[in-house]
Amino acid sequence: MSTELTFSQVDPYAGLKAAAGIGRADILATMKTANIRGRGGAGFPVSVKWNLAAAAVGPEKFIVCNADEGEPGTFKDRLVLSEHADLVFDGMTIAAIAAGAQKGILYLRGEYVYMLNDLETVLARRREDGMLGQNSAGRIGFDFDVEIRLGSGAYVCGEETALIESLEGHRGEPRNRPPFPVDTGYLGRPTVVNNVETLAWAACILARGAEWFNRIGTEQSAGPKLLSISGDCENPGVYEFPLGVSITEVLKVVGAEDAKAVQIGGASGQCVPAGNFERKIAFEDVATGGSIIVFGPGRDMLDVARNFMEFFVDESCGQCTPCREGNEKLLEGIEMLAAGTCSMKYLRELCSLGKTMQVASKCGLGQSSPNAFLSIVEHFPDEILGRAEGTVA
Amino acid sequence: MTDNPKDIKSSDRAPKAQRGQVVQKPDGVDAIGAKITVNIDGQDIKVPMGTTILEAARKFGIRIPTLCHHDDLCVAGVCRVCVVEIEGQRALQASCAYPITSPLKIKTHTPQVRRARRHIIDLLLSKHYGECYTCFRNNNCELQSLAKEYGVDFFRFGHPEKPMYEKDNSSYAVVRDMNKCVLCRRCVRTCIDLQEVGVLEAAHRSSDTRIETFLDKPLSDVVCINCGQCINRCPTGALTANDPTDEVWAAIDDPTKHVTIQTAPSPRAGIGECFGLEPGTPMTFEMNTALRRCGFDKVFDTNFTADLTIIEEGTELLLRLYKALVEKDETVALPQFTSCSPGWVKFMEHFYPEMLPNMSSAKSPQQMFGALIKTFYAEQQGIDPSNIVSVALMPCSAKKFECNRPEMTDSGFKDVDYGLTTREMAKMISEAGIHLPDMPKSDFDAPFGTATGSGVIFGATGGVMEAALRSVIELVCGVRAEDLFEHANIIPVRGFEGTRLVELPIENVGPVPDVFKKLVPNWDWLKGATLKVGVCHGTANAKKVLDDIKNGGEFSKCHFIEFMACPGGCLGGGGQPIPTTPEIRAARAEAIYAEDRSYGVRKSHENPVIWELYEKFLTDGPCGHISHKLLHTQYTARGKYI
Repeated sequence: MSTELTFSQVDPYAGLKAAAGIGRADILATMKTANIRGRGGAGFPVSVKWNLAAAAVGPEKFIVCNADEGEPGTFKDRLVLSEHADLVFDGMTIAAIAAGAQKGILYLRGEYVYMLNDLETVLARRREDGMLGQNSAGRIGFDFDVEIRLGSGAYVCGEETALIESLEGHRGEPRNRPPFPVDTGYLGRPTVVNNVETLAWAACILARGAEWFNRIGTEQSAGPKLLSISGDCENPGVYEFPLGVSITEVLKVVGAEDAKAVQIGGASGQCVPAGNFERKIAFEDVATGGSIIVFGPGRDMLDVARNFMEFFVDESCGQCTPCREGNEKLLEGIEMLAAGTCSMKYLRELCSLGKTMQVASKCGLGQSSPNAFLSIVEHFPDEILGRAEGTVA
Repeated sequence: MTDNPKDIKSSDRAPKAQRGQVVQKPDGVDAIGAKITVNIDGQDIKVPMGTTILEAARKFGIRIPTLCHHDDLCVAGVCRVCVVEIEGQRALQASCAYPITSPLKIKTHTPQVRRARRHIIDLLLSKHYGECYTCFRNNNCELQSLAKEYGVDFFRFGHPEKPMYEKDNSSYAVVRDMNKCVLCRRCVRTCIDLQEVGVLEAAHRSSDTRIETFLDKPLSDVVCINCGQCINRCPTGALTANDPTDEVWAAIDDPTKHVTIQTAPSPRAGIGECFGLEPGTPMTFEMNTALRRCGFDKVFDTNFTADLTIIEEGTELLLRLYKALVEKDETVALPQFTSCSPGWVKFMEHFYPEMLPNMSSAKSPQQMFGALIKTFYAEQQGIDPSNIVSVALMPCSAKKFECNRPEMTDSGFKDVDYGLTTREMAKMISEAGIHLPDMPKSDFDAPFGTATGSGVIFGATGGVMEAALRSVIELVCGVRAEDLFEHANIIPVRGFEGTRLVELPIENVGPVPDVFKKLVPNWDWLKGATLKVGVCHGTANAKKVLDDIKNGGEFSKCHFIEFMACPGGCLGGGGQPIPTTPEIRAARAEAIYAEDRSYGVRKSHENPVIWELYEKFLTDGPCGHISHKLLHTQYTARGKYI
């Protein structure tokens, strides 16, 4: 753990200039060696995505930066875009060289509209500096530019295919996959959708070398990761940790050693109780797109579950049955528990429904929306089961 | 025209937003149409690349339940009832939406899959208000069938006890009861993708999601064309036609009323399905008996006015051509469009009002008949027309709107009082205790009894054009239609391709028949000309044809184009039995063409009763003053307004 973010130590343009010098094949090889996985939460290997897009056939290709940072408890992309926007645009341009794309789109969360002017200023400067536009970064015939588009406030538009639907002017609803965006994305063209942080790390990797990145973290979860830490802790904020760090270590740094539980991965993540704080934050253990919410000893876990379920009942796109109706049923169940009218049998039924939602929903939203509910029921039986109808508290 | 709907069918499988999608081929497979072996429930099956898991399973006789999937519509993958397990994948996949591009091991009914399906059905039922026995889809409801199939024995997640939404009864044609909606979005896809009208859309989010019209206005206040295709594809009773059977019964039960019914060609080809018969079993003459037993005083054949339409619309065409070709009048609107499909008419009024001059002014057969029953027939039979209740049995929901158009009162009364759909008629017949297939056969009533095969084929796409061509060939060319087409079957205009173009060179002309002598001196001006006609069904295809005309494409060179709002023509109408699939529509078409073949007289102009009518009643001939008053109409340029 260092107090200064790596992003502050990497010069703008450095990664891009390195990439422009080595070309597509070497960029892909570097990303493969770095073994970087997507920082948005799903952890898909970046080199695989870029390779697929590079191999896809289409009259044009797009690089989309997913800046629809909407997961409750994440605010690290806001910091990256505010303070290190050049790294993000460097990363987009590097991805464009690798995939053979001509156009980039930054899909900016609607609430981040206040950044729009600053970001446009950065883009204008990059054009002046020859990093965008005709022969970008000095590569002859590589005319890459970036456009910024604003979201309209739907959480689901952080899901890459819903994001693409939104970009196309449609209702923000996830598409059926396959086909995946790398084949059929924006306007039916091959499209790479990467998270803000992923693209910034890509720029760092090209600037500092794949080995530097790969030495950090674990075998399956290489590199450092930004974490947005909030909740019942002394020092909330954005931190950089190597992946593989234990929850205990993180809590020590932010001053929350008395925590009762932490929600890792936001509303769609999982709730880890104090007994499991030795677990590691990594794709192979507890994965996160960056959101860590700390719950202190005084928190009522049923309130926590209610808060998350209310969020999903608001944010489900309403397209598929399990998510549209299921979230509502889970929230109803929580209200019943709070009122002492939920039978054990019905609670079991709701847990079973949650498992159906995890596998039968159309997209990641519905598939992860019951996670918080299920993990709280599992890890805090005293607080939850004690409220079931007919049980003695 | 290159974008023949048949050609684009495969890419239509995807929602519009995703059209043009490419399915990536796996490594090493180069040939288009390469086959892949998948294993479904332990059995290997070879399927072409890109086949969905659902299609592959069906090919193999494995049933996977579906709800949002429909053979006529693009893929949605939203209900999740059809989920299956794929080895190596954590999540279940919707089989209707998953294209097979690599060898997969699929299981269709594991415990996890069965649990998911049961949960999904339970969740749908938790929002589905209504009792099955008060629903017109009772015993013909896909949600009900699923509940039965998956052994739903109680409402695990509850069941609404009170309606949540008000029923929308505003439209003459379509009634929407959102309490029964399961949000499968078939109606949305029907309206946007199949018909390209776009009246319905999913609005709001999450559990507030609802299918709404623009600004949630009543259906009568939006640009709905009343085609009712959404009704035919709704899996539940959320969409129905506006049902006037109570009023019809009341008229029948009123001894002072003389209740007539005219029956269109398509209901007879479809109504058997409501009585458990295979699609394509014609019930024409059994139905005549059943209708009399229900209490209708007279049973007429709409085909009579279909023949009359051919004469009126055909004369109108010849007059337009004469004006354009001989009098060189450049203001004449050509091609002339048929006007018998009321859904199509409203589509034009809303979306292409600037092209309304191309529309034939001839009324539809239903409305021609209505005007004649309360004038000619009333006079002839000595019945006070105010005591006649004129009912029309139609395969159509838009006919209900049509008979309520304010201008359809040329007889001095409401020309047609009620439009019934095939489904509503089947209900009335059942209510009268009649099992239709058991009925003895009987003929239509005089004085309109005799119809021709040309009238019958109005029910299938291309039928109006075929009937028109049969008559044009004989009246203009002076030869028999059989001389040019075997058995006078004009095959090129038949079929289910979305759009068709046919050319008919007029090599020789004959003498002008007496009835046309007032209108044209001779046919010499048509000699050597080539008559170009087009056929089009489904309003999505109509849009293509109309845009092609605007862009000066092939269809702009046509003289006459048949348009039908519904895919397949009237036999696929919004009032026909549910379900509908391409196969069912093909079977109904076969029944219609079989009936045509069985007729002694198969050409409209050979219908002797038609000429009797002109002699006795429409005395100044086709497109004359009287016929203009009774048999022709005008249209309203509505644009995006009602």
